[in-house]
Amino acid sequence: MSVTIYIPGDSGSLSLGAEKVAKAVEKEIAARGIDARIVRNGSRGLYWLEPMVEVRTEAGRVAYGPVSAKDVASLFDAGLTNGGQHKLSLGDPEKLPFVAKQTRLTFARCGITDPISLEDYEAHGGLAGLRKAVSMAPADIVKQVTESGLRGRGGAGFPTGIKWKTVLDTAADQKYIVCNADEGDSATFADRMIMEGDPFVLIEGMAIAGLATHATKGYVYIRSEYPHAIAVMDKAVKVARRAGVLGKSVLGSSQGFDIEIRSGAGAYVCGEETSLLNSLEGKRGVVRAKPPLPAIQGLFGKPTVINNVISLASVPIVMDKGAQYYKDFGMGRSRGTIPIQIAGNVKHGGLFEVAFGLTLGEIVDEIGGGTATGRPVKAVQVGGPLGAYFPRALFDTPFDYEEFAKRDGLIGHAGITVFDDSADMLKQARFAMEFCAIESCGKCTPCRIGSTRGVETLDKLKQNIEPEKQLALVTDLCNTMKFGSLCALGGFTPYPVMSAIHHFPEDFRPAAVAQAAE
Amino acid sequence: MVMQPASTELAERTAAVISELKNLEGPLIPILHGVQEEFGYVPQETLPIIAEALNLSRAEVHGVFTFYHDFRHHPAGRHVLKVCQAEACQSMGSDAIAAQIKQKLGIGFHETSKDGAVTLEPIYCLGLCACAPAAMLDGEVIGRLDADKIDEIAEEIRS
Ligand SMILES: Cc1cc2nc3c(=O)[nH]c(=O)nc-3n(C[C@H](O)[C@H](O)[C@H](O)COP(=O)(O)O)c2cc1C
Ligand code: SF4
Ligand code: FES
Ligand code: FES
Repeated sequence: MSVTIYIPGDSGSLSLGAEKVAKAVEKEIAARGIDARIVRNGSRGLYWLEPMVEVRTEAGRVAYGPVSAKDVASLFDAGLTNGGQHKLSLGDPEKLPFVAKQTRLTFARCGITDPISLEDYEAHGGLAGLRKAVSMAPADIVKQVTESGLRGRGGAGFPTGIKWKTVLDTAADQKYIVCNADEGDSATFADRMIMEGDPFVLIEGMAIAGLATHATKGYVYIRSEYPHAIAVMDKAVKVARRAGVLGKSVLGSSQGFDIEIRSGAGAYVCGEETSLLNSLEGKRGVVRAKPPLPAIQGLFGKPTVINNVISLASVPIVMDKGAQYYKDFGMGRSRGTIPIQIAGNVKHGGLFEVAFGLTLGEIVDEIGGGTATGRPVKAVQVGGPLGAYFPRALFDTPFDYEEFAKRDGLIGHAGITVFDDSADMLKQARFAMEFCAIESCGKCTPCRIGSTRGVETLDKLKQNIEPEKQLALVTDLCNTMKFGSLCALGGFTPYPVMSAIHHFPEDFRPAAVAQAAE
Repeated sequence: MVMQPASTELAERTAAVISELKNLEGPLIPILHGVQEEFGYVPQETLPIIAEALNLSRAEVHGVFTFYHDFRHHPAGRHVLKVCQAEACQSMGSDAIAAQIKQKLGIGFHETSKDGAVTLEPIYCLGLCACAPAAMLDGEVIGRLDADKIDEIAEEIRS
């Protein structure tokens, strides 16, 4: 019987040597004359165990990790092809606590299937949602998505179904579905993982969005920092087209839908939806004033659904299993599951999909296992560069849009960066201002100039020049940015800055600053 | 700066890139990417050619070209090393890593070594935040950077 060996082609796994492992495995297979096939799967998201190699046995899958090229020969000696014991044995991957504790709805197949095999996709429940959608009236699809309680996973948390309804209700000769795959926030990689590990689920979600709104053309705008994701999406779109999932007739229905993959060009602000639309149109990625909403006048002035990758990739399961099934997960107004990305200085970094409602402390201490360096956790930044820094004192905050907002934070795209006690929060605050200055689109004065002033002011504070005055000035600047900026780049940069000052005053106190400067 | 008239060869290669992408909706960014792939950077002289082909003003094309961090004004080194400087990598010491790399290569960010071997750039997140600190060498991803991996990178650059 032919053996199947899984070696991730996911960027994270590649960054830890998966390509060399794959080469070594190929060599062993050839040298030993084994009848085996290598599948380059996505990652299951346990990055401290990557590259994680799996083999399919009669008793199910058996995993090994973290594997390096030099371990490969000994793995074969130990009987890898039959799931033999080795010092890197992890056993059944589904039983690893980090996996077993998750609720994988959106990421159900990621790390399990061959990403560009449509047969594999269908064998694992793929296309069931789209098949249902093709026989439904657009308004009913929209209704189901609305009832599921799905909110935009790109950051703002706007109800997805309501956005779609506006597009459906706006008459036009051409409408678009735009997928926001700009994923610029530090600590986030969910979009990347799903595009590399299960691209068809995004394609399926976009096709459903097309059917729901009478849009016939879709774009996926992927940041240029993700060459592997771009390559996988390109391949998957071609496969989907050949199979009739995309094209003039979606699964034999009377509606057509096709997708084009576009690469960004290294501008963080192009993740902001109107800036992204300008970029797709071939313009400078400057933010547009709203109204008009993109749902009414979006890409090339046409009604446009613009959604994050994870929002769209969560639609197939909603269509397949029903609104109630999805909605039953979660808490309050945060329904369904959220792929939490645990990153930075953390022992068990990776992607953990779970219903909303875990506390920040459970995520960082229990799931993440504390810091990688073994030192105490000092701060965690939740929600990327525009998200607040939370101290341990706020670790009882449940992972929920409203609960985070109540504590002057945001969950954003659900990335968490863990810092140990060596972190200097003044430096982190300065970086937030610097990042805003580098990435500002330049339209608003508070964002463009305020951020540069912010850097200068924090530098003076660091040098202990009239510290009280600098602190007052930064606070004032943050207020101006918060209320005088058109978009959340200028408007939310105050979150990391003010949360650092508020929760870690000792790092901003003249004495501490003076000492640190010595 | 004095505008050099485009050489025929440059004009032809630019026209070839344009004709392949011109029929896309919103073709300007794909064309700039294509030109950069063709020449390794976006030569000033290509901008008027692009403008004319797309029926845009030179100022518009120039404005777009300068907005995006990706588009190079000058040729890069034979290798391009991008080192992540965003928060998750910071939490794992990307500052110190960048300092070691700069010392090893003898250049700072946004600089190219004198022998033209390498250009060094900061980058803000590669989506490898659970494998920090991270970098990218010529499009290949590298996670958990440490002194050994920096040595390997330096070797690859020199070879
Ligand atoms: C500066 C800035 C950057 C953003 N970056 C992203 C991004 O990378 N990906 C994303 O999906 N949304 C991003 N957003 C949010 C988008 O503007 C928008 O809310 C989102 O694409 C809507 O999709 P959703 O409803 O599915 O979340 C960003 C917003 C701002 C202000
Ligand atoms: S806040 Fe900054 S990035 Fe946003 S529109 Fe204004 S200048 Fe542009
Ligand atoms: S556009 Fe001028 S302040 Fe925002
Ligand atoms: S912050 Fe460095 S890879 Fe994301």
